[in-house]
Amino acid sequence: MITHISFWVFAVVAVLSGAAVFWVNSMARASYALALSFIAVGLQVLLLHQNYIGVVTILMMVMEMAVMAVYMVMFMGMNPALMPMNMVHDKRHALAAAVGAFLLLAAGAVLIPWPARRGTPPAGVTVALGEELMGPKMLVMAVVGAVIAATIVAGVVLAAHRTRYDRLGDDLRRRPANDPQPGGVGR
Amino acid sequence: MPDSAVSAGSALAAAGILGLLAVLAAVLDGFLTARAAGGGPSGLSRPVGEVARLMRQRRRTTVAADTLLWRIGSAGLLVMALMIVTVVPLGEWTLFDLDVGVIWFNAMDVLAWAFVWLTGWGANSTHSLVGGYRFLAHGLAYELPLMFGLVAPAVAASSLNVGTVADAQQDLWFVVWMPVAFLAYGTGILAIAVWGPFTPALGTDIAGGVTAELSGVDRLVFQGGRYALLAAGAAFAVPMFLGGGAGPLLPGWAWALVKTGALLAVFVWLRRRLPAVRPDLFMEVGWVVLLPAVLVQDLLVAVVAVWRT
Repeated sequence: MITHISFWVFAVVAVLSGAAVFWVNSMARASYALALSFIAVGLQVLLLHQNYIGVVTILMMVMEMAVMAVYMVMFMGMNPALMPMNMVHDKRHALAAAVGAFLLLAAGAVLIPWPARRGTPPAGVTVALGEELMGPKMLVMAVVGAVIAATIVAGVVLAAHRTRYDRLGDDLRRRPANDPQPGGVGR
Repeated sequence: MPDSAVSAGSALAAAGILGLLAVLAAVLDGFLTARAAGGGPSGLSRPVGEVARLMRQRRRTTVAADTLLWRIGSAGLLVMALMIVTVVPLGEWTLFDLDVGVIWFNAMDVLAWAFVWLTGWGANSTHSLVGGYRFLAHGLAYELPLMFGLVAPAVAASSLNVGTVADAQQDLWFVVWMPVAFLAYGTGILAIAVWGPFTPALGTDIAGGVTAELSGVDRLVFQGGRYALLAAGAAFAVPMFLGGGAGPLLPGWAWALVKTGALLAVFVWLRRRLPAVRPDLFMEVGWVVLLPAVLVQDLLVAVVAVWRT
């Protein structure tokens, strides 16, 4: 009973704070409304006994929203992020699209004939879920993870306008390096 | 209802123990501060005086402050500390014996990013916002070493449950054969408590930084939250690195408290022993020195764990 009530409370909190992202007029409030929404979802996942996934959802989303708030405030053009600003572009179409998408997904969740449970949950539900989602493609997923990381590093290297020749001179022998922002290690 | 009545009672007891440890830390810090100043009173009653002063201080208001986020931020550190101690075993009791307790600690410690920055943001003051960004710059450097530092004990114990990690140290405490991970963990605890080397976010050069506009009860819960975080971090280190309740003669809960108190005293003492680290310079230290060192530590621990099975 308590589990059911908490589940519904978290559901309402998740939806309302998700909607609050577009009501509020500050970047900080929008970011942390979204974080609250994700925390509520993480707690719901905890109630489903997927402890690892629930806690990791909270961990990742709080950190992501903290980083997002930082970069939005830092890099929004001419820094309107420090001032009150509207969180919605093209209000009418956005509202229609959002309500439509919500109704479609909610209708799907409510109207679909859910199968009845067969058997009992396995001991390790997180392992079982991982097997079900990834199964024989685990190796591919593991390789893709490394490729994504390498792509990010390569992208940053290609995008940086300073190369090692700018830092260390044409013969790469200048020590310490000529950096606009000195590092703490003295490379 | 007897079960929930018992758990409500033990939740209060856990909060009380955490509060007591935080007060002891504040008393010790008051004593060390007075000793460093030389002469005058002993400083042991300094926290009492400070609490009394802040309780009756009138709240400072600023123009166009984001009051909701400001209050959430300043009260948040204390909440974080309380959430951390729920998964820490005290002898045979654990308030919330979660199977992924180590990840739970991690989820709670990243909340510092949110709460400290929000405290800096909410006041709508330049100095406190600068302080908030200083904290985040430290965060970019300490967070990953802290996370990978916690990986080592979990890998060695093959479990994310805090009690199981403590039980895996019957022969040898993890701090002995994974000192780098412990060092990264301790650095992270000092950082989430905005303590010692990580105080530039509260620096006097920016009029107190994050705390520049904090006053009255808000300042009290923020500063109290810092001590509580130090205490919670010390308490969590005991099952992760210091053998949990293992020790001769005394029962498990007593050893856990003794070890927590000792580590907490070291954390408080370190405040005057380490220089403040500049956020811009520490960034490179974190990524070029600390993170690779912790990753090598994790690799060694993983090799040992595979070899032993």
